[in-house]
Amino acid sequence: MQRVDHSKNIIEVQGISFSYDGKVNVLKSITFAIHSGDYVGLIGPNGAGKTTLLKIMLGLLTPTKGEVRLFGQKINEFKDWYKVGYVPQKATHFDTGFPATVEEVVLMGRYAKRGLFSRTTEEDRKLTREALKQVDMWEYRRRLIGDLSGGQQQRVFIARAIVSQPEVIFLDEPTTGIDRQAQDDFYVLLRKLSGELGLTLVLISHDIKRVTDEVMHIAWIDRTLESYSSPEEYLRMRKEEQTVL
Amino acid sequence: MIPDIFQYSFIIRGMEAGMIVAFIAPLIGIFLVLRRYSLIADTLSHVSLAGIAIGLFLGVNPVLTALATTVVASLGIERLRDSKKIYGESALALFLSGSLALAIVLLGLAHGFNTNLFNYLFGSIVTVTVQDVYIIALLAIIVVTLLLAFYKELVYVTFDEEAAQVSGIRTRLVNIILIVLAALTVSLAIPIVGVLLISALIVIPVVTALQLRKSFVQTIVSAEIISFFSVLSGIIVSFYLNLSTGGTIVLIMLAIFILVLTMKSRWFA
Repeated sequence: MQRVDHSKNIIEVQGISFSYDGKVNVLKSITFAIHSGDYVGLIGPNGAGKTTLLKIMLGLLTPTKGEVRLFGQKINEFKDWYKVGYVPQKATHFDTGFPATVEEVVLMGRYAKRGLFSRTTEEDRKLTREALKQVDMWEYRRRLIGDLSGGQQQRVFIARAIVSQPEVIFLDEPTTGIDRQAQDDFYVLLRKLSGELGLTLVLISHDIKRVTDEVMHIAWIDRTLESYSSPEEYLRMRKEEQTVL
Repeated sequence: MIPDIFQYSFIIRGMEAGMIVAFIAPLIGIFLVLRRYSLIADTLSHVSLAGIAIGLFLGVNPVLTALATTVVASLGIERLRDSKKIYGESALALFLSGSLALAIVLLGLAHGFNTNLFNYLFGSIVTVTVQDVYIIALLAIIVVTLLLAFYKELVYVTFDEEAAQVSGIRTRLVNIILIVLAALTVSLAIPIVGVLLISALIVIPVVTALQLRKSFVQTIVSAEIISFFSVLSGIIVSFYLNLSTGGTIVLIMLAIFILVLTMKSRWFA
């Protein structure tokens, strides 16, 4: 097991607000920090701004107000993107007709590390093999990505995220549209990445029951940060809320 | 005995130019098709017509003016698309009709409505000059160099733009490179297939190869084979049967596409 320095900040979100049109705030004054080795579930209702927040944390969207720091650096000055893995929302983000084998997809995770003109190296292929074995997809390496089941595709995208040897992985609703058994296997895999490899995981999900069983911290988002707590604390608060109602 | 066809120097020049175009077009085409940018090739080819009109009007080699015009327009299209002020395909429609309008006005002024124009519209290897072959070869070297430099980045951005950006790839730059590559490819293909048929050369071999459902690398190789076969056989057939070269090449490509499609549906029936 890798040694994890839990005091190290992986990501700091400070006073983030975001609006698409300058009028309605999709997110308002969100502040929290995720530490090395944390396993965080970002939960909240549909339209609560979870994906928007994730995209801001990844630098894909610029916040209207506030600041994001990755590994202590301002996000617009951050250069070490290989430290960050990303598994996008499955259903919407890729073309199943795309002519790429599983192995080709995972190799893409190595591309940014190699400069212009360079080919992939023996090391890239070795790391690709290891990543595919890690997610139990090595036997499928020659298959086209579009020919796999949803659960298998998602494991391949995990492999693509871990192949750059990141310290943190962001996952956006990774279990949407995959069957129960594949979901269970998927959470086992995430537990392994968190426990054995000491990776920091940030997981968006609407499956609150499931996520509270798995993660170390719950960030409950509904346009603002409603709470940032342990799963037990979160469940207790929700219960009290319901009793009051 | 040397067959008749190789006794004519224009055929040799045409074949040289044709082989270069056959090689380059699918390399750009695969990225355009997979990004749903097929129509960009069509738009840029119409833009190139405006460039040709400018060339005829000013008395400069039209391939050069077409090159300059398509590159400038491609940057404009990407800028409009990126700004999201208008829909991507609306940007294409604006450039397509706008450049066609400009071409018609300029050609009228230059009294360019003659056989010369017909050759630029539909391509004719007879019109390929030695200077054209040099320009095409130079463009091809630029395209291949850029492709080699940005190949990995283009593949990743084409497959998953967001993930590519998060991995640290400068996706905006890569998008600009791709559209400029498309502009260069359109310009270098003009003398062979003409303005109106370029997009077929860029798109059809790739679309056909995609039907085979192979890996990315194998798809490129298949598209290259289809492209080379169509261009070479198109030049030879059109020479002996006295047909339009560009039209013949595109018809051969379409025939291969239909053949692959029917064979595929038979196999999977």
